[in-house]
Amino acid sequence: MFAIFRRETRNYFSSPIAYIYIAVFYAFASFYFFATTLMSNSTSLSNVFSSLFTISLFLIPILTMRLLSEDRRYKTDQALITAPVSILGIVMGKYLAAVLIYLIGILITLVMAVIVALFATPDWAVIFGHFIGLFLLGAALIAIGTFISSLTENQVIAAVGGFAAGFALMLVDALTSVVSSPLGQSIIEGVSFYQRYQSFTVGVLDFADVIFYLSVCVLFVFFTVRVFEKRRWS
Amino acid sequence: MLEVQHLTKTYGEKRAVDDISFSVSRGEILGFLGPNGAGKSTTMNIITGYLSSTSGTVLVDGFDILADPIKAKSKIGYLPEHPPLYLDMTVAEYLDFMFDLKRVRVPKKAHISEICELVRISDVYGRLIKNLSKGYRQRVGVAQALLGNPDLLILDEPTVGLDPKQIIEIRTLIKELGERHTVILSSHILPEVQAVCERVIVINRGRLVADDTPDNLSHAMSTDHKLTVRIDGPEEKVLALLRGLPSMLEVHPLGQRERDGVYEYTIETENNTDVRREMFRRLADRSWPILSLRSSEMSLEDIFLSLTSDNASAAPLLSGSSDTADAVPEEPDASTGGDN
Repeated sequence: MFAIFRRETRNYFSSPIAYIYIAVFYAFASFYFFATTLMSNSTSLSNVFSSLFTISLFLIPILTMRLLSEDRRYKTDQALITAPVSILGIVMGKYLAAVLIYLIGILITLVMAVIVALFATPDWAVIFGHFIGLFLLGAALIAIGTFISSLTENQVIAAVGGFAAGFALMLVDALTSVVSSPLGQSIIEGVSFYQRYQSFTVGVLDFADVIFYLSVCVLFVFFTVRVFEKRRWS
Repeated sequence: MLEVQHLTKTYGEKRAVDDISFSVSRGEILGFLGPNGAGKSTTMNIITGYLSSTSGTVLVDGFDILADPIKAKSKIGYLPEHPPLYLDMTVAEYLDFMFDLKRVRVPKKAHISEICELVRISDVYGRLIKNLSKGYRQRVGVAQALLGNPDLLILDEPTVGLDPKQIIEIRTLIKELGERHTVILSSHILPEVQAVCERVIVINRGRLVADDTPDNLSHAMSTDHKLTVRIDGPEEKVLALLRGLPSMLEVHPLGQRERDGVYEYTIETENNTDVRREMFRRLADRSWPILSLRSSEMSLEDIFLSLTSDNASAAPLLSGSSDTADAVPEEPDASTGGDN
């Protein structure tokens, strides 16, 4: 698992993917930091974090698109699967490498917090709540992206699938106003990534939300392992 | 070392591998022979745990590939049909990665450089794999399979796409490896198997049609009642003489050879008769010397063709299980073995 993790991490940096991803992420995050925090003389980073939700949705497929599809296309999965490693180890190695790149991206928000701290005392608890929320959101989205990447050997399809999944997650919230039955509404609220994320951005670290995102990670990593298994048996 | 029992793999209606059983003992070099799409690659992919079988078991050094995959896989070095190379890595990075992936427990630097010497890739050690030629890539693939000195080496068409010089090099290498490892080698190139392997398994349409040494195979299929003879003497008269031999079935003139008055003939007698002595005596009486005489023993090529072109005629070769091979009706020839 660690061998795969190391290889994937190195691979991100030997190709332009990591640099482009991190640069774009920093650019957007800094723009919102400037526009919503510095310009309005505020110490609150809440607006930055809530816009990073959308940015993560659209940038994460770039991180995950080649994660497993490339191995399948170039048949390097044969080396991985026939090596004395469990399939979970293979998937986790790749998954954690993507999470690491994502983490490097979101660390910029802590730099912003330090910049704010130079002028006034920020609410550190709220900022760490934000940070954990953003991290969990990304971890869950990366798990979904990894799963989509395992379904195809074409990177473009994996990326488009990832965008579609991200867009669908955004649209889910729009459905609440359309669906009239209270049961339907509560189901939508239950699966909504945005509502869960909102409670982080107002500074509430709800245990249920943490469990929600972690379950999504576990579920989709599990699905990915099943995809590998199924391919062997088919 | 390796025990394969009743291995079957079906893709929907298609049977890519159909009830294959064999075992390989330690130190053996086994050739896996079959036409394209016969199920060679599928079988190897199942043995190495890349695919799962529909039924049947694979034991690697006593460990079941499904029940105990990590232990079984650690005994195997596998070179698939397409070497699983990361093109954007250098040879050094790639071997380093594979070394870690296989969790080899020997000093890393010494081990890798020893293998690079063995497969002669030391001179491209620092280069990106995507810039290497096919021959070098293949050798990097072999190097990867050798990491950790696995007991069992499985090489799927290791010489495909190489030039003749490289083929000879790889063959020599495999022979060297056979001294320390158990090797299974697949090929559809017969001289290769004949040159390298001590034992040959022929599969066709997913089924095992022969399992023997290359020599025994050609002997079993050879027909000592078919001879080719070259005689210095007038064609018509010699022909008449040959036709007059006891238990002669057929004589075919093949035409003139060497120079005037020398002709070649193929003769076929009834089974279990040896006409050579009588023929010699009669020809000697007329002082028509025999310049050459050879039995038309089949080369591995002929055996291969006859085994793989017609299932029914090949069945008797399989000692012990010929009855089952006869009973199964002909399969539609659609095994997709090598292409997944």
